[in-house]
Amino acid sequence: MWPIVVIASNTFRENLRDKILYNLLLFAVLLMGASMLLADLTILEHYKIMTDMGLAAINLVGVIIAVFVGIGLVSKEIERRTIYTIVARPISRAQFVVGKYLGLITTLVVNVLVMLSVFLLTLWGYHAPVHWVLVQAVQLIVVELMLITAIALFFSTFSSATLSAIFTIGLYIIGHVTTDLRGLAQKSHSEAVKVVANGVYYLCPNLDMLNMKGQAALGIAIPLSYQALATTYGLLYAGMLIVGACLIFQQRDF
Amino acid sequence: MDAIRIEGLVKRFRSGWPGLPPATVLDGLSLSVREGEIYGFLGPNGSGKTTTIKVLMGLIRATAGTAEIFGKPAGDVQIRRRIGFLPEAPYFYDYLTAEEFLTFYGHLAGMGRDILEARVPQLLEMVGLAEARARQLRKFSKGMLQRIGLAQALIHDPELVILDEPMSGLDPIGRKQVRDLILGLRDQGKTVFFSTHIIPDVEMICDRVGVIVKGKLLTTGRVDDLAGHGHTQSVEIVCQGITVGEIPAIGTTAVRVLQQGPQALIVLPNPDRLEDILGEIRKHGGRLISVTPQKGSLEELFFPSVSQGAGMESGRRA
Repeated sequence: MWPIVVIASNTFRENLRDKILYNLLLFAVLLMGASMLLADLTILEHYKIMTDMGLAAINLVGVIIAVFVGIGLVSKEIERRTIYTIVARPISRAQFVVGKYLGLITTLVVNVLVMLSVFLLTLWGYHAPVHWVLVQAVQLIVVELMLITAIALFFSTFSSATLSAIFTIGLYIIGHVTTDLRGLAQKSHSEAVKVVANGVYYLCPNLDMLNMKGQAALGIAIPLSYQALATTYGLLYAGMLIVGACLIFQQRDF
Repeated sequence: MDAIRIEGLVKRFRSGWPGLPPATVLDGLSLSVREGEIYGFLGPNGSGKTTTIKVLMGLIRATAGTAEIFGKPAGDVQIRRRIGFLPEAPYFYDYLTAEEFLTFYGHLAGMGRDILEARVPQLLEMVGLAEARARQLRKFSKGMLQRIGLAQALIHDPELVILDEPMSGLDPIGRKQVRDLILGLRDQGKTVFFSTHIIPDVEMICDRVGVIVKGKLLTTGRVDDLAGHGHTQSVEIVCQGITVGEIPAIGTTAVRVLQQGPQALIVLPNPDRLEDILGEIRKHGGRLISVTPQKGSLEELFFPSVSQGAGMESGRRA
């Protein structure tokens, strides 16, 4: 357990010293500023637009960090050969992979918490109602980020950073349309389309299940049972990918 | 017990293209390193030195054969507690300061904060980087990186230190510092296994040497034995009071003659006719200054075999 903590805390420190993260935080602040500007232009949907834009900004910034830092978590270590002296220590390769993953997750959680705080303060400053559902939606965003990071990490254990980025972004996009794909499978008359669409639906992660931003913007509470189910689904899927990443990484030559 | 034992090690790399045969980098390599010695692993570029070290460190898997460290299979996670490793041209986390860097590696080796608080400054002092302790590694020169790399390899006080080309790319001062550090490790009873393609490095500090060419061990043994064994030693004679050109016996035997005024330098190809030549010098009224047997260097011994592999640096750069 101890080596995982050491690797994770060092990864977190690396992320903090990486100026890109600070730029993304600034980006989030600017985006939320824009949402306030837009909100000033409308009267009736003031709160909805602010919430929509705020949650979307938190989600977008988180996804950018998860994808572009996640794809380099392992591949960068191999390309720069920093892995040599780490793997030569009394730690297993699986501990290294899990440590790198948890380090980035810590970074993401801290970033999301900072963005959420700014977002809630903004709402409070405008005397807009703050519902519990906002926190629920952000919690599911964190689960989605954990899943996307696991996807990026999985691909980075056996492919280059560029390919990992393409695969991860591709899976992210598919993950948000899997429900539509299932609908397509049900309506289609072609057996081939049904098989492919159903296959993609069951194999790819259903990220739409974790997207409660629209509901949160309307102030409609998310049932706790649904939140628990979606969280469990996301964490299990991420866990499977991490196990896969560890198994692949275990077999690699450097 | 041997610190390192390698038997019949084979490593083949797939070509990446279907139909093309795999590249054999290690071809039945066998060697052993005894505890407490400095073992130089000498070979030209591309001979398989780094691949051997990668197998020992568990970075790659051998195709066939065995590699053991202190009797355990190479790659065993627990045995790494007893090993320090510095790769060739090392890259490190350059956002860390020297102090943070060593503390990180100490933690990875399972060392506690209390021990590291004493150990880190001690090591920084030892490698001459005490003043740079709060500087980020991205601001380090190549020589400084090599020294901090050595420090990370030693942070947990390992019994065996494996160094891949530790003096490569360093200036003469840096090379001397690294040599002194390695000799200091032997004084502490550590085993050092280091690879190099620079012959003088081996001649200066190693107890034993193994020469690898094209993935096979060409020869192994003590540096003195290898340099002298099976190799014709020349003899250098310095004398005064004779003119060598006037003594035909010397002219026909010597491989080189240098006459500077009354003083002459005579080099014989071997000691076989030494007594005859000394007799001729005395007979002609010459006074003997010195007789020095010239021991063959590793370079002279191995160059004919190794030159096919190319890349062996024979220059005495430090």
